[in-house]
Order: sequence, then structure tokens, then C-alpha cells
Amino acid sequence: MINRRQQIKLTEGIDWPIMGLYFGLVFVGLLSIFAAEYREGDGIWNDIIHLNKNYARQLMWLGISGVLATIIWLTDSKFFTATANLLYAGGIVLLLVVIGIGKDVKGSHSWLVIGGFQFQPAELTKLCTNLALAKYLSSLETDFTKMRSRLIAAALALVPCVIIILQDETGLALVYFSFFLVMYREGLPGILLIIAFSGIVLVLSALLVDKNILFIIFSVITALVIYFSRREIKRHRSRLALILGIWAFCSVFVMFIVPMAFTKVLKDYQVRRIEVMLGKENDPKATYNTRQSMIAIGSGGFFGKGYLKGTQTRYDFVPEQSTDFIFCTVGEDFGFLGTLIFVGLYVALLLRIIFVAERQRSTFSRVYAYGVASIIFFHMAINISMTIGLAPVIGIPLPLVSYGGSSLMTFTMLIFIMLRLDADRQMVLR
Amino acid sequence: MSVYNQPRKRVIQFIILGMTMLIVVRLFFLQVVEKKYSKLADANAVLRKVVYPSRGIIFDRKGRSILSNDAMYDLVVTPISARNIDTNYLCQILQIDKEEFKRRIATAIIKNGSRRVSVFASLLPPDMFGRLQESMYLFQPGFDLVQRQIRSYPFSAAANILGYIGEVSPQMLLRPAYSAYNQGDYLGMTGLERTYEGVLMGTRGIQYLVKDNLNRPQGSYEKGEFDTAAIAGKNLRLSLDIDLQVLGEHLMRNKIGSIVAIDPQTGGLLTMVSAPVYDPNLLTGSYRTRNFSRLFTDTTKPLFNRAIQAGYPPGSSMKPLTALVALDEGVITPSFGFPCHGAYVNCGRAIACTHSSPGHAANLRLAIANSCNAYFVHLYRLEVDAPKWGGVKKGHQKWYDYMTSFGLGHRLGIDIPGESGGKAIDTIGMNKLYRGQWNSCSELYVGMGQGQVVATPLQMANAMCIIANRGSYYLPHFVHSIDNEESDILKKYKEKHTVAHVADTSYRSVIFGMQDVVESGTGRVAQIEGVIVCGKTGTAENNAVVDGKLVKLKNHSVFVAFAPRDNPKIAIAVIVENAGFGATYAAPIASLIMEKYLHDTISVKRKPMMKTLLEYNTLDPIVREKSKLDSLNGATAKMTSDQILKLYFRD
Repeated sequence: MINRRQQIKLTEGIDWPIMGLYFGLVFVGLLSIFAAEYREGDGIWNDIIHLNKNYARQLMWLGISGVLATIIWLTDSKFFTATANLLYAGGIVLLLVVIGIGKDVKGSHSWLVIGGFQFQPAELTKLCTNLALAKYLSSLETDFTKMRSRLIAAALALVPCVIIILQDETGLALVYFSFFLVMYREGLPGILLIIAFSGIVLVLSALLVDKNILFIIFSVITALVIYFSRREIKRHRSRLALILGIWAFCSVFVMFIVPMAFTKVLKDYQVRRIEVMLGKENDPKATYNTRQSMIAIGSGGFFGKGYLKGTQTRYDFVPEQSTDFIFCTVGEDFGFLGTLIFVGLYVALLLRIIFVAERQRSTFSRVYAYGVASIIFFHMAINISMTIGLAPVIGIPLPLVSYGGSSLMTFTMLIFIMLRLDADRQMVLR
Repeated sequence: MSVYNQPRKRVIQFIILGMTMLIVVRLFFLQVVEKKYSKLADANAVLRKVVYPSRGIIFDRKGRSILSNDAMYDLVVTPISARNIDTNYLCQILQIDKEEFKRRIATAIIKNGSRRVSVFASLLPPDMFGRLQESMYLFQPGFDLVQRQIRSYPFSAAANILGYIGEVSPQMLLRPAYSAYNQGDYLGMTGLERTYEGVLMGTRGIQYLVKDNLNRPQGSYEKGEFDTAAIAGKNLRLSLDIDLQVLGEHLMRNKIGSIVAIDPQTGGLLTMVSAPVYDPNLLTGSYRTRNFSRLFTDTTKPLFNRAIQAGYPPGSSMKPLTALVALDEGVITPSFGFPCHGAYVNCGRAIACTHSSPGHAANLRLAIANSCNAYFVHLYRLEVDAPKWGGVKKGHQKWYDYMTSFGLGHRLGIDIPGESGGKAIDTIGMNKLYRGQWNSCSELYVGMGQGQVVATPLQMANAMCIIANRGSYYLPHFVHSIDNEESDILKKYKEKHTVAHVADTSYRSVIFGMQDVVESGTGRVAQIEGVIVCGKTGTAENNAVVDGKLVKLKNHSVFVAFAPRDNPKIAIAVIVENAGFGATYAAPIASLIMEKYLHDTISVKRKPMMKTLLEYNTLDPIVREKSKLDSLNGATAKMTSDQILKLYFRD
């Protein structure tokens, strides 16, 4: 099969729009990392040859990613369905190994050091989890309308999530919640989305409004609901219990669970970051990152300052400049016009992936593609939101753009496995 | 299953587009509507100033500041704006020529680029600063004066403990651990400055100032809404007593060695002297590079912290530990006696003992008081040959386990860097040394603290803490508390460690023996009026390789002690290298330190003894000849013994 394809045409079946968007984003990423690091008078070739700078190393990672992509492209699609569970198990083992022998980098215990290079398995296990979830949901025995199947699917996503939280890398752990978007597409009841949304609203209101006032508000709303649906309640006694149950849950949640989570479960710095985002906390140490990144982006104006002309991002005012806060460089150098196009690239990529997902014949490929879209969407939304003060500072990279070998390779593999599956969409994969 | 689930696909597309809209609206607000941000970043309208926080201050146990900050000034340059100025005049003030001026500008451009600020002349001497400040308007905006704080040590003491700060090196900047630093930043290099860098450094702030067209700051921008304040470093409070430290440094002048004193009830270090000492102020200010290289190359090695880095044979001060092991293993009782006639001959060669009168080792108490060598090498043999171990290899390993729990043979984990672990040989080491063929006679010297056992002064003092507390200790440390610190970095120093399981009665017999040492034995010179002192003298033999031959050097004078016997408040170890008997040098020094700490003053009766101690000079004449340390230290080194005595006795 491989031979025949090579004889016909190597690139047959490739989805060119996705390829184009992939290279577009990687290119913007390289430009931005370069802009963040380049200083007048640097010897560029010297830095590239000696891998002195992050952009040089990113070029190297791109080369390695290219090799990986080619290998994936030449692999039979059936390989991925066949090894999905094995890869998942391997990924979990790797995560556990990291807890044992991992290295601490910036307060998280999630890195392995191999021959001088640092590697973060938590990135790679996104891929394994996505494959395993696709495998499970596409299996003939799985009936996703059953509670049991839903719980198993949720467990597949949450097991790596919990291990990664133990590694103190909460940001990457959150990404695993994006799989619920895939499960929603595959039949998880829509009410869950509403509950999740209400949950977020509840947490935010618990943090912003005094809890006693909230309690009064809840009680008033409950009383009104009972009053207006009194006829309904007369007919079905159980409705009253349901309403009172929701009222009790909301009150307990706001008055006890949220404060307890904030003092006992979350780390000090995490609480502070959330409070910074809500404008409650004014500790200069905690507000520094967000403030500097907002100044960088805001100062870009409509047209931007021009490439390599940014003053904020180039003079070390913004921390983690080439990794988590890379969006600042885009914002400062290219302005609103640039960020609009940049965000547009992502949206185009995401919508194209959904389009590709919907044209698959096999459930495996569809679930997998939705998984890719969800992961990229989650990363992109959280990362950009944090740089513009919409979300608390959560250290997750901007897909394909941020500096980092583990991240670039993982997203490359995610996308190219999807392209391979798409090229074989006439096959029915289980 | 739901293959054509169009509504759900729409919902997901809606979520993606909705989130994107939210981001775009926010970006539009940030980048197009709001003008504040571009002004903040605009160097022409708003001056952005990095505010360096002041480093934390270090206080001693009585709240006296022993390491604080002084203000000095750097002249900085932004090369691109440094044109059209009166270069000649500037050169004249700085006392440099035009070539040097050009060279410095070029260096600045190479280092940081022409738009960024570089240091042009650092730590200006006061007179130069005065002249520059008057005419600064001539050189602005290209040049500017930036205040910088330098560290100052008001007592000129405790150099090796406090440590010094230095400029971060380019190699360090490449490592991720130093990512928070920029070129030109200072950080702690040794001592407490290094260990507690994270709490002492504070957090840098940024201040936005409105400028006029002449680049002069006109006040804060938007009432300081965008400023981030610098947060000063946190202050450290030590257990160290600076009076005691200064006294110790005085007593150790013209000697090589060290003093370590610990509060046994907390593990807090009261004093730590490594002699010869140097004035820590040498490593701040304009001449620090020159001074550093002189200290570094000096023959007396003042930068080497002997108290934690040098290993010495503990000599007879080891004997109480040997006794504790024997008592705990049950191989002797306190009434055990050994018929010593001036030497130990059971192993085929004679190990000499200073006493030969019969009955000087008739029981444990007498043996400790008279420091009988034969008695203690015999105890070591009894310990390792005890039948219950079934062989010397197992027995010796047990002995090693005891030494480990007494804190020998490994680093204790004090809170300044560079600690050495000393040595205590284990069975594997013995097998290597003797190729597997050995018995209890092979290294019996360890019972009297010679041979394959080496301890740092810190370890000796810590062992005294264990005896003083009857079997427990805290890890020795300097920092008692950190102001406003919530994390638990000091936690490990607040934990009580219990040593093995040695019985209270065993400690009592050893402690009585040590009391006799001071009351009627070898250490009578250490007596303090009104206090029961328990101590042990040591005269440690040592060798060195000179010209390829093993040469026996003059003995180290060692004294270890604690006081008072009940409810002990201070445990101490003193070592004077190559000086002679423990009782002649180390014991009186330890006694004076303990008296000063316990009574807060030294009784007038001891003035003649102190004068003699101050005047002892045990330095090797060749070393003394070559050392430049006294000329570096200046005023303190030139004080005569009478001038020093005046500080302690009013008459």
C-alpha cells in the first residue's frame, strides 16, 4: 500500500488548507520568537549554528517535527487505531515516571531531561488520550447513550488530568477538560454544557459578590420560582424537592465549597492570579505579568509598531516572552490588524478541522479530529485571554507558535495524524 | 450513532466563534480605543524607570543590624543619546582620557545595544559624585546618575557567615535558574547572602513618569495607576550574637582555626569564627574586585570557612562519644576500669598515654577526666568485637551507624553553602583500605579520635549539643526567623532530631566525667565562676605532606564544652591549628566565650589570661611573612592587645 502510494503521488489526499494554515502559524511563531529575542548586533548565523537562542532551537524542533510528520504520513492509518490503547497506557506510565524522576522547572514537576534537552510528557499524553478516546467511542461495543460508557470516556480524559495536577502543572491539566467538547459532539447531553457554564458563573459570583448577599439573592429567586410555578408543584410534588435541592446546592457551593477550595485546594499563587484577573487583588508582584503584557499589546495600536520595533517585548518587560506570552509580540509589532489576522488564522484552522471531521465516514477519525480542534481551541482561547487580562495567568503555550519542542512536536503529530486519517477517509476504521 | 449531528456541530462552531468575538472585542478595546497603553510604552512621552528594591537587612539575636545598605551612585549611559556633550569636561571629572571614554561607549554598545542603558562608571567615589551631580545637566539625557545600594557591615565582622554579593556572570545568565536576573544585577555569592538570596533580593518595580521635552521627569503618569512598586527584600533575624562574634574574632587573631558555638536548645548558632578573619567591607564598594583577588590568593586563605569546610582529627574530644557507644551497647558499665600503665599494648604496638600512675582509668569518670588513651582505644575494640554482632565487620558498621547519628561523616545541612561532611570510615571503607583483611586492632585509634575519623568544628560543636541535651539536637542554623515570610523554608531547622536511643543514665556518667575534666582534670583553665562547665580537651595529632614526605606537624589544640551542666545554654568547639595542648589555647578561648555569653561580661580576674591569649601568635613564620591580610584589614588588625582589652574591661 505504501509503495503504491509513493508510486502514484506522495502528497495525494492531503488537505492543503490545513497544511497552509499549519505552516502559516509556525512561520508567524518563528518570526515572533525571533522578534522577542533578537538584539541589535547579534550574529544570527552564529546563534543558529550554536543553538544559542530559542528561535534557533525552535528551527531545530521544526526540523524534527517535519521528520515526525513525514513518518506519520507514510504510516498506515490502521496503525493508529491498532495502537491507540497501547499508546494511552504508555503515556500514563510515562506521566507516573515523571512524578518519580522528573525535574522541577519553574515550580512544576513535569519535565524529563534527556541528553540535555527538557521534555514535558504532559504535552504528549494529549495525543495519546485523544487516540484512546476516539478508539473507545468508535468501538462497536460502546453505546454512548449509556451512563456507563460516558463515565468510562470521562475517566479516559480525567486520569491523565489528575496525574498532571500531581505534577503541579495545573495549566496543562485543564486542557484535558476540552475533551468534554468532543464528548458533547458525540452525544453527551447538552444540559451538561449548561451546568458547566452555570458552574463557572457560580464560582465567579462567589468570588465577586459577598456570600451572604448571594445567599439572599438565591433565596429570593427560589421563592419567586416556587411562587410562579405553584400549580406545577401541586401536580408534581417532586418539583419542589428539585427546586429546593438546587437552591441548597447553590448556597452550600457558594458559601462553603468555593471558599474552602480557595484556601485549601488551590495554591497561593493560583488564588492570587484569579483575584488579579477579577481586579480584586492589587499586589504588584502578582499583577506584573498581566499588566506588562497588556501594555505591550495595547501599545501596538491599530497598525502596530512594525516588525522588530516593539519596545515592550524587546526590552524584557514582558516575562516568558517567547513561550507563554508570545502573543504580546504579535500584538505589539503588528497591532490590531495583525492580531485580527492572527486570530483569524486560528479560527480558519479550527473551522476547517471541524469541516474535515464532519466528512469522515468512520467514527474514529471524526472523534479524533474533533479532539484536535478542541485541544487547539482550548489552548488558543486560554492563552490569548490570559495575555489580555480575560483569564488568569495559566501557563499553557499557544499552539504551533510558542517556543517549545514538546509543544510543537505534539501539535504537529496531532495534526498530521488527522491529515493521514483524512486522506484515508474512504476506509472504515475501528 | 449520531453521525449527522448537525445541530451539535453548529453549537461547537458557535462556541468557537463566540469566544473569538470576545477576544477580538477585547483586543479592539485594548489596542484601538484605549490610548493609555501606547503612551505607557512610548519612551518619548513616558519615562519608564526600573526601581530596584533595597535588599533585606540582617539582624543579630539582639536586633542589631549586622548587614545593611548604604547608597552609592553609578553613572549610566544611553549611547544613542550621548552625543553633542562636553566630552572633555566629563573625562576631566571622571579622571579618564578620551580613548578610555570611547572604549567605554563602545563596550556599552556591544554589551547592551545603543538604545539601552549601560553602566559607564560604577560606584563613584564620593568626591567624584559630588562634582558630577553639580554639572549633570550638561550631560543629560545621554548620561544619568543612578542610585545603587551597596551592602555595608557595621561591625566589620562575621565575613564568612554573612557572605557577599557580586555581579551576575554571563555564564549564570544562560542558566534557567537565573532567568529573573539581568546583566549588571547583583546577587548573593556566598554565605547567608547566597542561601537566602530569594528572600533578601525583593522584587523589582516599574515606575512611569511623565517627561517634558527636555527629558526631565515631571511626576507620575496617571497618578501612578500603572506603577508596580518595588518590594523590599525581607529581613533576616539570626541567632548569632555579634558581641560574641567580635570577641571570638579578637581572641583568634594571629591564629589559624575556628570557634563554633551553638545554643543547644534551638540549634541556633551563637558565633562562628574562622580565623584568620577579614573585614567584609573589603568586598563592597569601589575596590571589591582588587580586594577579592588579594584575599583569594593570600597564604592564610581567609575566604576558606574553616568552621564548616576544614576537617580536623577530633582527638580526645571524641572520647565522650566512644564512651556513649560502649555504654549503649552494654559492653561496659560506668564502673568499668582498665589497667593502663602508660600505654596500650594489646595490639602488638604501644599506644602511648599521658598518664602512667595506676588507677587513673579505674572507672569511666576517671578515664574521661584523665583522658586515658588506652581506655578508649580498648572501648572501641570492645564495641566492634562484641559477641552479639558476630564479627568485626558487622560490629564496625554498628559503630559507624552511631557516628552517623552523632552527626559525623556527613553534612549537617547548615544554612550557608560549602559545608564539608568530614569523615567517618564505614565497613566498606575499611575493606577497601585493608583489602578485606582487618580486625579491631587495625584502626583502633578512632576510639581516641585519630586516624580514619575527621570532623569539622561545626560537627564537634553539634556533638556537644547532643551530649548537653542528653540525646537530641536541632540542625545547626543561623537564621532564626524571616520577617513577613509565610513559607516554611526554615521548617527543617525547627525539627527536633533524636539520636539513636542512648539511655539517659549513659549520658549522665559521661557528663559527670566531662564535669571532672573542668573541675579537676585536664581542662581546669576553663572554669567559670558560678557555672558548672562540662568539657573535654583534645590535642590532635596531624600530619602533612611536605616535599613528598609525610611530616608530623605540631598538634592542633582542641576544646569542646557545654555549660551550664543542667539546662545547658551554650555548646562550643574551639580549634587552634598547630598550637599545642588543648588546655593551653582552645580551652581558655572557649571559656571566655562561654563566660561572656552566660554572664554578658568577663570577670576582671581573667584579664591577664585574655591578654596572653590576644598576644599568642601561632602562625607559621613563613605564612605570616607572606600574608598581606593585616595590611588589607587595616584598622582592626593594627589594634594592640591593650586597646582591645579596653573594649571589654573598664579601668
